[in-house]
Amino acid sequence: MILNTLLDNPDQILVNLFHQGAALLQACPALVIALGILLSTVPLVAIFPACFAITTWLERKGLARIQNRIGPNRAGWFGLLQPMADGIKMLLKEDIVPQTSDRLAHFLAPVLLLIPAFTVLSVLPFSRNMIPAAADTGVILFFALGSISTLPVFMAGWSSHNKYSLLGGMRAIAQMVSYEIPLVLSTVTVVMLTGSLNTVKIVEFQQVTHWIEGSNPALQILGQVLKWNVFTPWGFTGFLIFFISSLAEINRCPFDLPEADSEIVAGHLTEYSGFKYALFFMGEYVSAFAISGLAVTLFLGGWSGPNIRPWWSEDPRALLIPGFVWFFLKMFALILIMIWIRGTLPRLRVDHLMAFAWKFLMPLALINIFIAGAYYYLPHWIGWPAGLIVIYACYEGLGRINRRHLGPKRIYRYA
Amino acid sequence: MLGKGIINGLTVTAWNFFGSYFSKSRLTTVQYPEGGNTVTAFSRNIPFLVFDDANAPIDSLRCVACKICEKECPPQCIYIVQDKDANGKLIKSPKIFDIDISVCMGCQICVEVCPFESIKMDSHFELAGRDRFADLLLHREQLAKSNDYYHKIHPAEAREVDDRLAAKQKKAGPA
Repeated sequence: MILNTLLDNPDQILVNLFHQGAALLQACPALVIALGILLSTVPLVAIFPACFAITTWLERKGLARIQNRIGPNRAGWFGLLQPMADGIKMLLKEDIVPQTSDRLAHFLAPVLLLIPAFTVLSVLPFSRNMIPAAADTGVILFFALGSISTLPVFMAGWSSHNKYSLLGGMRAIAQMVSYEIPLVLSTVTVVMLTGSLNTVKIVEFQQVTHWIEGSNPALQILGQVLKWNVFTPWGFTGFLIFFISSLAEINRCPFDLPEADSEIVAGHLTEYSGFKYALFFMGEYVSAFAISGLAVTLFLGGWSGPNIRPWWSEDPRALLIPGFVWFFLKMFALILIMIWIRGTLPRLRVDHLMAFAWKFLMPLALINIFIAGAYYYLPHWIGWPAGLIVIYACYEGLGRINRRHLGPKRIYRYA
Repeated sequence: MLGKGIINGLTVTAWNFFGSYFSKSRLTTVQYPEGGNTVTAFSRNIPFLVFDDANAPIDSLRCVACKICEKECPPQCIYIVQDKDANGKLIKSPKIFDIDISVCMGCQICVEVCPFESIKMDSHFELAGRDRFADLLLHREQLAKSNDYYHKIHPAEAREVDDRLAAKQKKAGPA
Protein backbone atom coordinates (compact mmCIF):
# COMPACT_ATOMS: atom_id res chain seq x y z
CA MET A 1 0.00 0.00 0.00
CA ILE A 2 2.77 2.40 0.97
CA LEU A 3 4.67 1.45 -2.18
CA ASN A 4 1.58 2.22 -4.25
CA THR A 5 1.21 5.73 -2.88
CA LEU A 6 4.90 6.31 -3.46
CA LEU A 7 4.79 5.09 -7.06
CA ASP A 8 1.60 6.97 -7.85
CA ASN A 9 3.40 10.25 -7.32
CA PRO A 10 6.96 9.94 -8.59
CA ASP A 11 7.56 13.64 -8.00
CA GLN A 12 6.36 13.36 -4.41
CA ILE A 13 8.43 10.34 -3.27
CA LEU A 14 10.53 12.35 -0.83
CA VAL A 15 7.53 14.22 0.56
CA ASN A 16 5.50 11.04 0.99
CA LEU A 17 8.42 9.24 2.61
CA PHE A 18 8.56 12.03 5.17
CA HIS A 19 4.81 11.70 5.81
CA GLN A 20 5.15 7.93 6.23
CA GLY A 21 7.99 8.44 8.67
CA ALA A 22 5.96 11.03 10.56
CA ALA A 23 3.04 8.57 10.75
CA LEU A 24 5.30 5.97 12.34
CA LEU A 25 6.44 8.47 14.96
CA GLN A 26 2.91 9.64 15.68
CA ALA A 27 3.22 8.68 19.34
CA CYS A 28 5.77 11.39 19.91
CA PRO A 29 4.80 14.74 18.29
CA ALA A 30 7.96 16.45 19.46
CA LEU A 31 10.01 13.93 17.49
CA VAL A 32 7.92 14.60 14.37
CA ILE A 33 8.60 18.31 14.67
CA ALA A 34 12.31 17.66 15.21
CA LEU A 35 12.34 15.40 12.16
CA GLY A 36 10.56 18.04 10.12
CA ILE A 37 13.04 20.72 11.13
CA LEU A 38 16.01 18.47 10.41
CA LEU A 39 14.66 17.36 7.05
CA SER A 40 14.03 20.90 5.89
CA THR A 41 17.33 22.39 7.04
CA VAL A 42 19.96 19.69 6.63
CA PRO A 43 19.44 19.24 2.86
CA LEU A 44 19.72 23.02 2.36
CA VAL A 45 22.96 23.17 4.32
CA ALA A 46 24.28 20.11 2.48
CA ILE A 47 23.11 20.68 -1.09
CA PHE A 48 23.89 24.36 -1.55
CA PRO A 49 27.56 24.19 -0.50
CA ALA A 50 27.83 21.24 -2.92
CA CYS A 51 26.27 23.40 -5.62
CA PHE A 52 28.78 26.10 -4.66
CA ALA A 53 31.66 23.67 -5.22
CA ILE A 54 30.30 22.65 -8.62
CA THR A 55 29.74 26.28 -9.56
CA THR A 56 33.30 27.33 -8.76
CA TRP A 57 34.47 24.57 -11.10
CA LEU A 58 31.92 25.57 -13.77
CA GLU A 59 32.94 29.18 -13.45
CA ARG A 60 36.67 28.50 -13.79
CA LYS A 61 36.12 26.15 -16.72
CA GLY A 62 33.64 28.47 -18.43
CA LEU A 63 35.76 31.59 -18.05
CA ALA A 64 38.79 29.66 -19.26
CA ARG A 65 37.01 28.52 -22.41
CA ILE A 66 35.74 32.04 -23.06
CA GLN A 67 39.37 33.17 -22.94
CA ASN A 68 40.50 30.20 -25.06
CA ARG A 69 42.22 28.43 -22.17
CA ILE A 70 41.62 24.95 -20.82
CA GLY A 71 41.02 25.77 -17.17
CA PRO A 72 41.64 23.49 -14.19
CA ASN A 73 42.53 20.01 -15.47
CA ARG A 74 44.96 18.56 -12.93
CA ALA A 75 42.92 17.55 -9.86
CA GLY A 76 40.73 14.64 -10.84
CA TRP A 77 38.89 13.96 -14.07
CA PHE A 78 38.60 17.24 -16.04
CA GLY A 79 39.71 19.03 -12.88
CA LEU A 80 36.50 18.06 -11.09
CA LEU A 81 38.31 17.70 -7.77
CA GLN A 82 39.61 21.26 -8.02
CA PRO A 83 36.98 22.63 -5.56
CA MET A 84 38.18 20.03 -3.03
CA ALA A 85 41.78 21.05 -3.54
CA ASP A 86 40.77 24.70 -3.12
CA GLY A 87 38.86 23.87 0.02
CA ILE A 88 41.78 22.00 1.59
CA LYS A 89 44.09 24.87 0.69
CA MET A 90 41.72 27.39 2.27
CA LEU A 91 41.37 25.30 5.43
CA LEU A 92 45.10 24.89 5.89
CA LYS A 93 45.97 28.52 5.29
CA GLU A 94 47.01 30.74 8.13
CA ASP A 95 44.20 32.90 9.44
CA ILE A 96 45.69 36.38 9.57
CA VAL A 97 43.83 39.05 11.57
CA PRO A 98 45.24 42.59 11.36
CA GLN A 99 46.56 43.84 14.68
CA THR A 100 44.52 47.05 14.62
CA SER A 101 41.31 45.41 13.49
CA ASP A 102 38.12 45.17 15.51
CA ARG A 103 38.56 41.49 16.26
CA LEU A 104 34.97 40.62 17.15
CA ALA A 105 33.43 42.33 14.13
CA HIS A 106 36.17 40.96 11.89
CA PHE A 107 35.35 37.45 13.07
CA LEU A 108 31.58 37.87 12.98
CA ALA A 109 31.27 39.36 9.49
CA PRO A 110 31.73 36.16 7.43
CA VAL A 111 29.48 34.20 9.79
CA LEU A 112 26.76 36.85 9.70
CA LEU A 113 26.89 36.91 5.91
CA LEU A 114 26.15 33.19 5.74
CA ILE A 115 23.09 33.38 7.99
CA PRO A 116 20.82 35.47 5.70
CA ALA A 117 22.23 33.69 2.64
CA PHE A 118 21.04 30.32 3.94
CA THR A 119 17.88 31.56 5.66
CA VAL A 120 16.35 33.07 2.53
CA LEU A 121 16.56 29.66 0.85
CA SER A 122 13.82 28.46 3.16
CA VAL A 123 11.05 30.43 1.42
CA LEU A 124 11.78 28.94 -2.02
CA PRO A 125 9.48 26.13 -3.18
CA PHE A 126 11.84 23.51 -4.62
CA SER A 127 9.06 21.19 -5.71
CA ARG A 128 5.36 20.60 -5.12
CA ASN A 129 4.82 20.47 -1.32
CA MET A 130 8.54 20.82 -0.86
CA ILE A 131 9.24 24.15 0.81
CA PRO A 132 11.10 24.51 4.11
CA ALA A 133 8.97 27.44 5.33
CA ALA A 134 5.68 28.04 3.51
CA ALA A 135 5.29 31.59 4.78
CA ASP A 136 2.34 33.64 3.50
CA THR A 137 4.70 36.59 3.13
CA GLY A 138 7.52 34.65 1.47
CA VAL A 139 8.63 37.34 -0.96
CA ILE A 140 8.76 40.05 1.71
CA LEU A 141 10.57 37.69 4.04
CA PHE A 142 13.14 36.99 1.34
CA PHE A 143 13.93 40.67 0.81
CA ALA A 144 13.84 41.51 4.50
CA LEU A 145 16.30 38.75 5.35
CA GLY A 146 18.34 39.29 2.20
CA SER A 147 18.88 42.97 2.92
CA ILE A 148 20.71 42.03 6.14
CA SER A 149 23.59 40.81 3.99
CA THR A 150 24.58 44.44 3.34
CA LEU A 151 25.55 44.82 6.97
CA PRO A 152 28.20 42.06 7.26
CA VAL A 153 29.89 43.39 4.15
CA PHE A 154 30.20 46.81 5.75
CA MET A 155 31.20 45.19 9.04
CA ALA A 156 34.03 43.45 7.22
CA GLY A 157 35.07 46.72 5.59
CA TRP A 158 34.96 48.72 8.82
CA SER A 159 36.54 46.18 11.16
CA SER A 160 39.53 45.47 8.92
CA HIS A 161 40.98 48.93 9.62
CA ASN A 162 42.17 49.20 6.05
CA LYS A 163 41.28 51.98 3.66
CA TYR A 164 40.67 49.60 0.77
CA SER A 165 38.33 47.50 2.90
CA LEU A 166 36.47 50.57 4.06
CA LEU A 167 36.11 51.88 0.50
CA GLY A 168 34.83 48.48 -0.58
CA GLY A 169 32.35 48.39 2.28
CA MET A 170 31.05 51.86 1.47
CA ARG A 171 30.72 51.02 -2.19
CA ALA A 172 28.84 47.86 -1.22
CA ILE A 173 26.36 49.82 0.91
CA ALA A 174 25.71 52.40 -1.80
CA GLN A 175 25.31 49.77 -4.47
CA MET A 176 23.15 47.35 -2.52
CA VAL A 177 20.80 50.04 -1.23
CA SER A 178 20.38 51.52 -4.72
CA TYR A 179 19.77 48.24 -6.50
CA GLU A 180 17.39 46.94 -3.84
CA ILE A 181 14.80 49.40 -5.16
CA PRO A 182 14.49 48.21 -8.78
CA LEU A 183 14.85 44.65 -7.47
CA VAL A 184 11.80 44.95 -5.23
CA LEU A 185 9.84 47.11 -7.68
CA SER A 186 10.24 44.48 -10.40
CA THR A 187 8.76 41.81 -8.14
CA VAL A 188 5.78 44.02 -7.34
CA THR A 189 4.32 43.20 -10.78
CA VAL A 190 4.28 39.48 -10.00
CA VAL A 191 2.78 40.06 -6.59
CA MET A 192 0.09 42.32 -8.14
CA LEU A 193 -0.95 39.81 -10.76
CA THR A 194 -0.84 36.84 -8.41
CA GLY A 195 -2.50 38.66 -5.54
CA SER A 196 -0.25 36.91 -3.07
CA LEU A 197 3.19 37.16 -1.50
CA ASN A 198 3.23 33.41 -0.97
CA THR A 199 5.87 31.80 -3.17
CA VAL A 200 3.84 28.59 -3.47
CA LYS A 201 0.85 30.54 -4.82
CA ILE A 202 3.12 32.46 -7.20
CA VAL A 203 4.30 29.19 -8.74
CA GLU A 204 0.76 27.82 -8.94
CA PHE A 205 -0.31 31.01 -10.68
CA GLN A 206 2.14 30.20 -13.47
CA GLN A 207 0.49 26.85 -14.24
CA VAL A 208 -2.67 26.13 -16.24
CA THR A 209 -4.26 23.79 -13.72
CA HIS A 210 -7.08 22.39 -15.86
CA TRP A 211 -4.64 21.52 -18.66
CA ILE A 212 -2.28 19.77 -16.26
CA GLU A 213 -5.13 17.81 -14.68
CA GLY A 214 -6.62 16.98 -18.11
CA SER A 215 -5.83 13.84 -20.06
CA ASN A 216 -3.93 15.25 -23.06
CA PRO A 217 -0.13 14.85 -22.50
CA ALA A 218 0.74 17.69 -24.90
CA LEU A 219 -1.52 20.07 -22.98
CA GLN A 220 -0.02 18.79 -19.72
CA ILE A 221 3.41 19.83 -20.95
CA LEU A 222 2.21 23.19 -22.31
CA GLY A 223 0.21 23.92 -19.16
CA GLN A 224 3.42 23.84 -17.15
CA VAL A 225 5.31 26.18 -19.46
CA LEU A 226 3.10 28.63 -21.34
CA LYS A 227 1.91 30.68 -18.39
CA TRP A 228 5.33 31.52 -16.97
CA ASN A 229 5.44 35.19 -16.11
CA VAL A 230 8.49 35.71 -18.30
CA PHE A 231 6.31 35.16 -21.39
CA THR A 232 4.35 38.35 -20.76
CA PRO A 233 5.64 41.87 -21.59
CA TRP A 234 5.67 42.99 -17.96
CA GLY A 235 7.12 39.65 -16.82
CA PHE A 236 9.94 39.77 -19.34
CA THR A 237 10.85 43.33 -18.41
CA GLY A 238 10.49 42.49 -14.75
CA PHE A 239 12.73 39.48 -15.17
CA LEU A 240 15.42 41.52 -16.92
CA ILE A 241 15.31 44.25 -14.26
CA PHE A 242 15.30 41.64 -11.52
CA PHE A 243 18.23 39.77 -13.03
CA ILE A 244 20.33 42.89 -13.59
CA SER A 245 19.69 44.23 -10.11
CA SER A 246 20.32 40.84 -8.58
CA LEU A 247 23.75 40.87 -10.24
CA ALA A 248 24.43 44.12 -8.42
CA GLU A 249 22.88 42.84 -5.21
CA ILE A 250 25.26 39.85 -5.01
CA ASN A 251 28.29 41.87 -6.23
CA ARG A 252 28.73 39.91 -9.42
CA CYS A 253 30.36 41.18 -12.59
CA PRO A 254 29.82 43.77 -14.09
CA PHE A 255 28.75 45.28 -10.77
CA ASP A 256 31.62 43.91 -8.68
CA LEU A 257 32.77 47.33 -7.53
CA PRO A 258 32.91 46.47 -3.82
CA GLU A 259 35.66 43.94 -4.54
CA ALA A 260 37.10 45.54 -7.66
CA ASP A 261 40.55 43.98 -7.65
CA SER A 262 42.11 46.44 -10.08
CA GLU A 263 41.02 49.45 -8.04
CA ILE A 264 40.81 48.62 -4.33
CA VAL A 265 42.78 45.34 -3.96
CA ALA A 266 39.86 43.13 -2.94
CA GLY A 267 37.56 45.63 -1.24
CA HIS A 268 36.04 44.32 1.96
CA LEU A 269 37.85 40.98 1.48
CA THR A 270 41.33 42.54 1.53
CA GLU A 271 42.15 41.60 5.11
CA TYR A 272 40.55 38.17 5.03
CA SER A 273 42.45 34.98 4.46
CA GLY A 274 42.03 31.27 4.86
CA PHE A 275 38.70 29.92 5.91
CA LYS A 276 37.06 33.26 6.65
CA TYR A 277 37.69 34.23 3.05
CA ALA A 278 36.21 30.91 1.95
CA LEU A 279 33.11 31.62 4.06
CA PHE A 280 32.70 35.01 2.38
CA PHE A 281 33.09 33.35 -0.97
CA MET A 282 30.52 30.71 -0.10
CA GLY A 283 28.11 33.30 1.29
CA GLU A 284 28.30 35.20 -1.97
CA TYR A 285 27.61 32.12 -4.05
CA VAL A 286 24.78 30.89 -1.83
CA SER A 287 23.12 34.31 -2.14
CA ALA A 288 23.60 34.01 -5.89
CA PHE A 289 21.74 30.68 -5.76
CA ALA A 290 19.05 32.14 -3.53
CA ILE A 291 18.39 35.16 -5.73
CA SER A 292 18.45 33.01 -8.88
CA GLY A 293 16.03 30.67 -7.14
CA LEU A 294 13.73 33.61 -6.43
CA ALA A 295 14.01 34.76 -10.05
CA VAL A 296 13.05 31.23 -11.13
CA THR A 297 10.12 31.20 -8.70
CA LEU A 298 8.82 34.62 -9.65
CA PHE A 299 9.32 34.66 -13.41
CA LEU A 300 10.37 31.26 -14.73
CA GLY A 301 7.58 29.10 -13.32
CA GLY A 302 9.40 27.85 -10.23
CA TRP A 303 9.48 24.07 -10.14
CA SER A 304 7.15 23.62 -13.13
CA GLY A 305 8.69 22.53 -16.40
CA PRO A 306 7.81 20.37 -19.42
CA ASN A 307 6.38 17.47 -17.48
CA ILE A 308 3.65 14.84 -17.95
CA ARG A 309 1.56 12.76 -15.61
CA PRO A 310 2.84 9.18 -15.22
CA TRP A 311 0.53 6.93 -17.29
CA TRP A 312 -0.04 4.50 -14.44
CA SER A 313 -0.98 7.11 -11.88
CA GLU A 314 -4.51 7.76 -10.58
CA ASP A 315 -3.69 11.10 -8.96
CA PRO A 316 -4.55 13.98 -11.38
CA ARG A 317 -1.80 16.15 -9.94
CA ALA A 318 0.98 13.56 -10.10
CA LEU A 319 4.02 14.36 -12.25
CA LEU A 320 6.66 12.15 -13.80
CA ILE A 321 9.80 14.22 -13.17
CA PRO A 322 10.28 15.69 -9.70
CA GLY A 323 9.86 19.46 -9.65
CA PHE A 324 13.22 20.12 -8.01
CA VAL A 325 14.95 18.80 -11.15
CA TRP A 326 13.44 21.65 -13.16
CA PHE A 327 14.05 24.10 -10.36
CA PHE A 328 17.75 23.33 -10.17
CA LEU A 329 18.10 23.18 -13.96
CA LYS A 330 16.67 26.66 -14.29
CA MET A 331 18.68 27.95 -11.35
CA PHE A 332 21.91 26.65 -12.86
CA ALA A 333 20.95 28.11 -16.24
CA LEU A 334 20.77 31.54 -14.57
CA ILE A 335 24.11 30.92 -12.83
CA LEU A 336 25.66 30.01 -16.19
CA ILE A 337 24.35 33.25 -17.67
CA MET A 338 25.99 35.10 -14.75
CA ILE A 339 29.28 33.37 -15.57
CA TRP A 340 28.85 34.23 -19.24
CA ILE A 341 28.24 37.89 -18.35
CA ARG A 342 31.29 37.84 -16.08
CA GLY A 343 33.40 36.64 -18.98
CA THR A 344 32.06 39.36 -21.25
CA LEU A 345 31.37 42.70 -19.63
CA PRO A 346 33.88 45.10 -18.09
CA ARG A 347 33.24 46.67 -14.70
CA LEU A 348 31.07 49.80 -14.48
CA ARG A 349 32.32 53.10 -13.14
CA VAL A 350 30.84 54.15 -9.79
CA ASP A 351 28.82 57.08 -11.17
CA HIS A 352 27.60 54.98 -14.10
CA LEU A 353 26.51 52.31 -11.65
CA MET A 354 24.43 54.76 -9.63
CA ALA A 355 23.02 56.47 -12.72
CA PHE A 356 22.01 53.11 -14.17
CA ALA A 357 20.08 52.17 -11.05
CA TRP A 358 18.37 55.49 -10.39
CA LYS A 359 17.90 56.93 -13.86
CA PHE A 360 17.20 53.82 -15.87
CA LEU A 361 16.21 50.73 -13.91
CA MET A 362 14.00 52.46 -11.35
CA PRO A 363 11.85 54.46 -13.83
CA LEU A 364 11.57 51.39 -16.02
CA ALA A 365 10.45 49.29 -13.06
CA LEU A 366 7.86 51.92 -12.11
CA ILE A 367 6.50 52.05 -15.67
CA ASN A 368 6.44 48.26 -15.66
CA ILE A 369 4.11 48.30 -12.66
CA PHE A 370 1.60 50.44 -14.58
CA ILE A 371 1.86 48.16 -17.58
CA ALA A 372 1.22 45.12 -15.40
CA GLY A 373 -1.84 46.89 -13.98
CA ALA A 374 -3.16 47.65 -17.47
CA TYR A 375 -2.42 44.06 -18.53
CA TYR A 376 -4.54 42.81 -15.64
CA TYR A 377 -7.63 44.77 -16.70
CA LEU A 378 -7.30 44.53 -20.51
CA PRO A 379 -8.17 41.39 -22.48
CA HIS A 380 -4.94 39.48 -23.21
CA TRP A 381 -5.07 39.90 -26.99
CA ILE A 382 -4.85 43.68 -26.50
CA GLY A 383 -2.78 43.72 -23.33
CA TRP A 384 0.05 41.55 -24.64
CA PRO A 385 1.02 43.44 -27.82
CA ALA A 386 0.13 46.85 -26.38
CA GLY A 387 2.24 46.14 -23.29
CA LEU A 388 5.15 45.05 -25.44
CA ILE A 389 5.01 48.19 -27.59
CA VAL A 390 4.71 50.54 -24.61
CA ILE A 391 7.51 48.88 -22.66
CA TYR A 392 9.81 48.89 -25.67
CA ALA A 393 9.08 52.57 -26.34
CA CYS A 394 9.82 53.39 -22.69
CA TYR A 395 13.03 51.34 -22.80
CA GLU A 396 14.29 53.21 -25.85
CA GLY A 397 13.02 56.56 -24.57
CA LEU A 398 14.73 56.19 -21.21
CA GLY A 399 17.91 55.22 -23.00
CA ARG A 400 17.75 58.33 -25.20
CA ILE A 401 16.99 60.65 -22.28
CA ASN A 402 19.93 59.26 -20.33
CA ARG A 403 22.24 59.50 -23.32
CA ARG A 404 21.45 63.21 -23.74
CA HIS A 405 23.66 64.06 -20.78
CA LEU A 406 26.71 62.48 -22.33
CA GLY A 407 29.15 64.80 -24.05
CA PRO A 408 30.30 64.40 -27.65
CA LYS A 409 31.62 60.98 -28.46
CA ARG A 410 35.28 60.64 -27.56
CA ILE A 411 37.62 59.35 -30.21
CA TYR A 412 40.57 57.29 -29.02
CA ARG A 413 43.81 57.38 -30.96
CA TYR A 414 46.93 55.35 -30.47
CA ALA A 415 49.82 57.50 -29.34
CA MET B 1 18.82 49.67 -30.08
CA LEU B 2 19.90 50.20 -26.51
CA GLY B 3 21.98 47.30 -25.24
CA LYS B 4 23.07 46.09 -28.65
CA GLY B 5 26.71 46.32 -27.65
CA ILE B 6 26.13 43.97 -24.74
CA ILE B 7 24.52 41.39 -27.02
CA ASN B 8 27.38 41.72 -29.51
CA GLY B 9 29.86 41.16 -26.69
CA LEU B 10 27.96 38.12 -25.46
CA THR B 11 28.02 36.57 -28.94
CA VAL B 12 31.77 37.11 -29.18
CA THR B 13 32.40 35.31 -25.89
CA ALA B 14 29.96 32.53 -26.77
CA TRP B 15 31.78 32.10 -30.10
CA ASN B 16 35.07 31.82 -28.22
CA PHE B 17 33.59 29.38 -25.72
CA PHE B 18 32.23 26.93 -28.29
CA GLY B 19 35.10 27.53 -30.71
CA SER B 20 37.62 26.39 -28.12
CA TYR B 21 35.99 22.93 -28.16
CA PHE B 22 36.18 22.56 -31.95
CA SER B 23 39.39 24.23 -33.10
CA LYS B 24 42.63 23.08 -31.49
CA SER B 25 44.47 26.13 -32.77
CA ARG B 26 42.50 28.32 -30.34
CA LEU B 27 44.02 26.63 -27.30
CA THR B 28 47.54 27.97 -27.47
CA THR B 29 48.54 27.11 -23.91
CA VAL B 30 51.11 24.29 -23.78
CA GLN B 31 50.40 21.69 -21.10
CA TYR B 32 53.96 21.80 -19.84
CA PRO B 33 55.45 18.49 -18.70
CA GLU B 34 53.45 16.17 -20.96
CA GLY B 35 52.74 18.59 -23.78
CA GLY B 36 56.45 19.24 -24.47
CA ASN B 37 58.04 22.66 -24.35
CA THR B 38 58.19 25.62 -26.66
CA VAL B 39 61.95 26.15 -26.85
CA THR B 40 62.81 27.71 -30.22
CA ALA B 41 66.02 28.88 -31.85
CA PHE B 42 65.26 32.30 -30.36
CA SER B 43 64.75 31.20 -26.75
CA ARG B 44 67.25 32.43 -24.21
CA ASN B 45 67.40 32.51 -20.46
CA ILE B 46 70.84 32.26 -18.77
CA PRO B 47 74.35 32.50 -20.26
CA PHE B 48 76.82 29.64 -20.75
CA LEU B 49 80.54 29.51 -21.60
CA VAL B 50 81.57 28.13 -25.00
CA PHE B 51 84.54 25.75 -25.34
CA ASP B 52 85.99 24.26 -28.53
CA ASP B 53 87.75 21.03 -27.55
CA ALA B 54 85.49 18.31 -26.19
CA ASN B 55 88.50 16.48 -24.62
CA ALA B 56 89.52 19.40 -22.47
CA PRO B 57 86.45 21.52 -21.81
CA ILE B 58 87.86 23.76 -19.09
CA ASP B 59 91.20 24.32 -20.81
CA SER B 60 89.61 25.16 -24.16
CA LEU B 61 87.18 27.77 -22.85
CA ARG B 62 87.14 30.81 -25.09
CA CYS B 63 86.95 33.03 -22.01
CA VAL B 64 90.09 35.03 -21.28
CA ALA B 65 88.92 36.36 -17.91
CA CYS B 66 88.90 39.98 -19.12
CA LYS B 67 86.02 40.70 -16.71
CA ILE B 68 84.14 42.97 -19.09
CA CYS B 69 80.96 40.96 -18.59
CA GLU B 70 81.40 41.07 -14.83
CA LYS B 71 81.56 44.87 -14.97
CA GLU B 72 78.70 45.26 -17.42
CA CYS B 73 76.30 42.82 -15.76
CA PRO B 74 73.39 45.01 -14.51
CA PRO B 75 72.37 42.77 -11.56
CA GLN B 76 76.04 41.84 -10.96
CA CYS B 77 75.53 38.12 -10.94
CA ILE B 78 78.92 37.22 -12.50
CA TYR B 79 82.02 36.62 -10.38
CA ILE B 80 85.39 36.04 -12.10
CA VAL B 81 88.87 35.33 -10.70
CA GLN B 82 91.73 35.20 -13.18
CA ASP B 83 93.95 32.11 -13.12
CA LYS B 84 97.74 32.19 -12.49
CA ASP B 85 100.46 29.99 -13.91
CA ALA B 86 103.15 28.14 -11.89
CA ASN B 87 105.20 31.32 -11.54
CA GLY B 88 102.30 33.32 -10.13
CA LYS B 89 101.80 35.25 -13.37
CA LEU B 90 98.25 36.00 -14.45
CA ILE B 91 97.14 34.00 -17.49
CA LYS B 92 94.23 34.45 -19.91
CA SER B 93 91.89 31.94 -18.33
CA PRO B 94 89.33 32.08 -15.52
CA LYS B 95 90.06 30.24 -12.28
CA ILE B 96 86.58 30.96 -10.99
CA PHE B 97 83.65 31.87 -13.23
CA ASP B 98 80.40 31.85 -11.24
CA ILE B 99 76.94 32.97 -12.29
CA ASP B 100 74.21 33.27 -9.69
CA ILE B 101 71.19 32.28 -11.77
CA SER B 102 68.80 33.37 -9.05
CA VAL B 103 70.06 36.91 -9.75
CA CYS B 104 70.60 36.70 -13.52
CA MET B 105 67.82 38.39 -15.43
CA GLY B 106 68.71 37.01 -18.86
CA CYS B 107 69.35 40.42 -20.41
CA GLN B 108 72.09 39.15 -22.77
CA ILE B 109 74.30 42.21 -22.11
CA CYS B 110 77.25 39.95 -21.18
CA VAL B 111 76.90 38.27 -24.59
CA GLU B 112 76.85 41.59 -26.40
CA VAL B 113 79.93 43.03 -24.69
CA CYS B 114 82.13 39.91 -24.93
CA PRO B 115 84.86 40.53 -27.56
CA PHE B 116 85.85 36.84 -27.69
CA GLU B 117 82.45 35.22 -28.46
CA SER B 118 82.96 33.15 -25.34
CA ILE B 119 79.70 33.69 -23.49
CA LYS B 120 76.37 32.91 -25.17
CA MET B 121 72.75 32.51 -24.13
CA ASP B 122 71.42 29.06 -23.24
CA SER B 123 67.85 27.92 -23.82
CA HIS B 124 67.78 25.17 -21.21
CA PHE B 125 65.24 26.21 -18.61
CA GLU B 126 64.71 23.32 -16.20
CA LEU B 127 67.04 24.73 -13.57
CA ALA B 128 65.16 23.98 -10.36
CA GLY B 129 67.29 22.68 -7.49
CA ARG B 130 66.83 21.40 -3.97
CA ASP B 131 69.20 23.91 -2.37
CA ARG B 132 68.32 27.51 -2.94
CA PHE B 133 71.91 28.72 -2.55
CA ALA B 134 74.32 26.01 -3.78
CA ASP B 135 72.14 24.72 -6.62
CA LEU B 136 71.53 28.15 -8.08
CA LEU B 137 75.20 29.24 -8.13
CA LEU B 138 76.63 27.73 -11.31
CA HIS B 139 80.43 27.25 -11.56
CA ARG B 140 82.53 27.20 -14.72
CA GLU B 141 82.27 23.38 -14.91
CA GLN B 142 78.49 23.60 -15.11
CA LEU B 143 78.53 26.63 -17.37
CA ALA B 144 80.98 25.18 -19.89
CA LYS B 145 79.21 23.84 -22.96
CA SER B 146 80.63 22.84 -26.32
CA ASN B 147 80.41 24.77 -29.55
CA ASP B 148 78.45 21.81 -30.94
CA TYR B 149 75.79 22.39 -28.29
CA TYR B 150 75.69 26.04 -29.32
CA HIS B 151 75.16 24.95 -32.92
CA LYS B 152 72.35 22.70 -31.79
CA ILE B 153 70.36 25.32 -29.88
CA HIS B 154 70.97 28.44 -31.99
CA PRO B 155 72.16 27.13 -35.42
CA ALA B 156 72.04 30.33 -37.49
CA GLU B 157 73.63 32.46 -34.81
CA ALA B 158 76.39 29.89 -34.15
CA ARG B 159 77.28 29.69 -37.85
CA GLU B 160 77.60 33.46 -37.99
CA VAL B 161 79.86 33.43 -34.93
CA ASP B 162 82.04 30.70 -36.45
CA ASP B 163 82.43 32.69 -39.67
CA ARG B 164 83.42 35.76 -37.74
CA LEU B 165 85.99 33.85 -35.69
CA ALA B 166 87.43 32.23 -38.84
CA ALA B 167 87.77 35.63 -40.51
CA LYS B 168 89.57 36.98 -37.46
CA GLN B 169 91.91 33.96 -37.47
CA LYS B 170 92.68 34.50 -41.17
CA LYS B 171 93.51 38.14 -40.58
CA ALA B 172 95.76 37.36 -37.64
CA GLY B 173 97.13 34.11 -39.12
CA PRO B 174 99.69 35.18 -41.84
CA ALA B 175 101.38 37.69 -39.58
